[in-house]
Amino acid sequence: MAEDNGFKPKILGIICNWCSYAGADLAGSARTQYPPDIRIVRVMCTGRVDPLFIMKAFVDGADGVLVSGCHFGDCHYLEGNYKAAKRMFHLKRVLNSLGIEDKRLRMTFVSASEGAKWAKVVEDVVNTIKAAGPSPIKELAK
Amino acid sequence: MVDITSEKNPRIGVFVCHCGTNIAGSIDVKDVVEYAKTLPNVVHAEDYQYVCSTPGQKKIEDAIKEKNLTGTVVAACSPRLHEPTFRRATQEGGLNPYRFEMANIREQNSWVHMHEKEEATAKAKDAVRIAVAKASLLQDLKPKFVDVEPAALVVGAGVAGMQAALDLANAGIKTYLIEKNPTIGGRMSQLDKTFPTLDCSQCILTPKMVEVGRNENIELMTYSEVEEVDGFIGNFSVKIRKKARGVLTPDEAEAKGIVGGGCNGCGDCEAVCPVIKPNPFEMGMKPRKAIYIYHPQVVPLIYTVDFDSCIKCGLCQTACGEKKAIDLEMQDEFVDLKVGTVVLALGYDIFPVEKKTEWGYKQFDNVVTSLEFERLICASGPTGGHLIRPSDGATPKRIGFVLCAGSRDNTGIGKPYCSRFCCMYSLKHAHQIIEKIPGAVPYIFYMDIRSFGKMYEEFYYRIQDEGAKFIRGRVSNILEDPATKNLHVYAEDTLLGRPVDVELDMVVLAAAVQPSAETEKTRRLFGVSCSQDGWLLEAHPKLNPCGTTTAGVYVAGVCQGPKDIPDTVAQAEGAASAASIPIHLGKVELEPYFAQCIEEKCAGCGMCVNLCPYQALSLVEKDGRKVMQVTEAKCKGCGTCGAYCPGGAIWMQHFTTPQIIAQIDAFLVGGEQ
Repeated sequence: MAEDNGFKPKILGIICNWCSYAGADLAGSARTQYPPDIRIVRVMCTGRVDPLFIMKAFVDGADGVLVSGCHFGDCHYLEGNYKAAKRMFHLKRVLNSLGIEDKRLRMTFVSASEGAKWAKVVEDVVNTIKAAGPSPIKELAK
Repeated sequence: MVDITSEKNPRIGVFVCHCGTNIAGSIDVKDVVEYAKTLPNVVHAEDYQYVCSTPGQKKIEDAIKEKNLTGTVVAACSPRLHEPTFRRATQEGGLNPYRFEMANIREQNSWVHMHEKEEATAKAKDAVRIAVAKASLLQDLKPKFVDVEPAALVVGAGVAGMQAALDLANAGIKTYLIEKNPTIGGRMSQLDKTFPTLDCSQCILTPKMVEVGRNENIELMTYSEVEEVDGFIGNFSVKIRKKARGVLTPDEAEAKGIVGGGCNGCGDCEAVCPVIKPNPFEMGMKPRKAIYIYHPQVVPLIYTVDFDSCIKCGLCQTACGEKKAIDLEMQDEFVDLKVGTVVLALGYDIFPVEKKTEWGYKQFDNVVTSLEFERLICASGPTGGHLIRPSDGATPKRIGFVLCAGSRDNTGIGKPYCSRFCCMYSLKHAHQIIEKIPGAVPYIFYMDIRSFGKMYEEFYYRIQDEGAKFIRGRVSNILEDPATKNLHVYAEDTLLGRPVDVELDMVVLAAAVQPSAETEKTRRLFGVSCSQDGWLLEAHPKLNPCGTTTAGVYVAGVCQGPKDIPDTVAQAEGAASAASIPIHLGKVELEPYFAQCIEEKCAGCGMCVNLCPYQALSLVEKDGRKVMQVTEAKCKGCGTCGAYCPGGAIWMQHFTTPQIIAQIDAFLVGGEQ
């Protein structure tokens, strides 16, 4: 665990209905505990994730964004996760150029049977963002 | 024209569920309700013990009517469980069912933050705020109905696939049954006897095989594989590869104008074929020719040419004579099927137990797997049912059975799960050797005996009484005496608390099972998820064990997880029943999550057209310019187009850009800063 410096990050998770959302539900049924610093917006497929959503989140003051979908080859809509992964790759470069460290955006792949993995992913993201500190956009806005 | 307007003055009602202590134990529900009342557009908020109960649903209906609500939010469990319930309640209250949004404060909150009440309550408030923001922008949507093709496809013709196909066919549904092997019957046809009744496996299976072969509603396609899948529930287009069999059926011969020709299973070809290969049905312990049938009871009784080993000498064709059944130039054929629903019954393979090198399989002649033992003890097997040990053909007297051979194994080499039927068939094997070989003693090395089925425990007692020796301990090592080829089995007898070294004539490994080699490819074609071990994932482990995450695709048998024959048959009947429902209804309702084009914003660039994985989008000429058009029947609602459109011209129903942006805003700027 990262050192608790009292910083409570605001992390947005945009996750797909078929794999990661189901995986997150499974973590719940199994009572696998993980840090509470994430809020979820459900989409049917990570292919739906417009880079605009992520930019909006950072502009709004998000400290981190997690996009999570199905494993490659498992997409309920054939290839939405590939498209999302490609988009996130490019978006990371844009974020860097704007002074937002690309580690604040994560894309992961969690299947409907990977409840424990979901918990680990969230823990990992929370630790990363806690270590990174508040979003530089928040500092600018002060 | 797509309607992008939303309610001008939304009036949202919020219902927060206690779910007993499931939610209320970790979240201050009253606090969440009071908070909800302060949110923009919320005109009603209340909590209830169980919102999903009849009085709970009534509260939603009443509030809609009394407070003139335009949308509802329920903060409770996962929408994957109760979204349909609350949509119905919303509809009963007089609203369009899609005016409902759910906040998941159980699976993704109270259950995963059980000891952080303050944090969990704050998270629940955020979730409600996010849901209210979306509910404020929800629109009336019409569900989409599609016609269902009145035919079903069953993939795999083991006992599961056969049972599913028979049930579907007997319910009056045209059923295509696809099997990769040249014959139906699957693993069960390889078994000698079945536990605990000791029925002869073939004797109870062959009537079903014959019935499958004769049923008028079943179109059987053996030696065939699924090549491509397109479409969705009600309208699957499936391309089948009929592998070149090299032999014509009587029907195929007749179609070619060969009167009275085609294979009648006489076997004259096999008699003259000079190529000898191991027969996989006999676990390689009996030879077959390059033109072969697996065993005498195959269905259909049609020979198959193994083109990998055929030398095309033509002797078989000469022997076949006037029947002209053999075509050594035959090529694979493709058949396109249209079906409404699909049952996957893909079966299993045996774990390659030689990976556990300490047990000596494939190193020592007298270490065999259980499936090899089945063939060795079977009257129709390579030895005519006389159990012999492979090294010298002698009759073994002291036979060891190693249970959990690769099952319940956390070393990373074997499988972590219980394979579920090995205990019982090993008890059956013990009984068989006691019965067949005078003076034979079975030694069963076990961790636990799992005899959980009907009459199973009683069978276990019977085998104990018959004189089988049970040693509770996992076998650490097996070594061979090079002179006698006898085996030394080393284990710790955990009941006596001491190591044992038992000298045996033969050892049978109850090898773990794993998904069949085709499972991965086939499940991906149908878009079905799998569990961590590769078994197909059921829609719900308790309440939807035959469904999958893909509507219209169902699972049966061991491909969903290890199970014995009764459970396999039961699940197959369940899957067939589930698969018959949409076909009998003739129509299915699909969620109206499809894309729409806002034509005034569309620049006609066509980027979306190429992105769509379903070819649902096209450019059409309208008022002298090009605009995108959606074929709603093809759109599945992934939203990939909506994420790309540079002009924001795609309206992704129920997941519109304004709705998602509102959710993000609600989370990040709508709450306490």
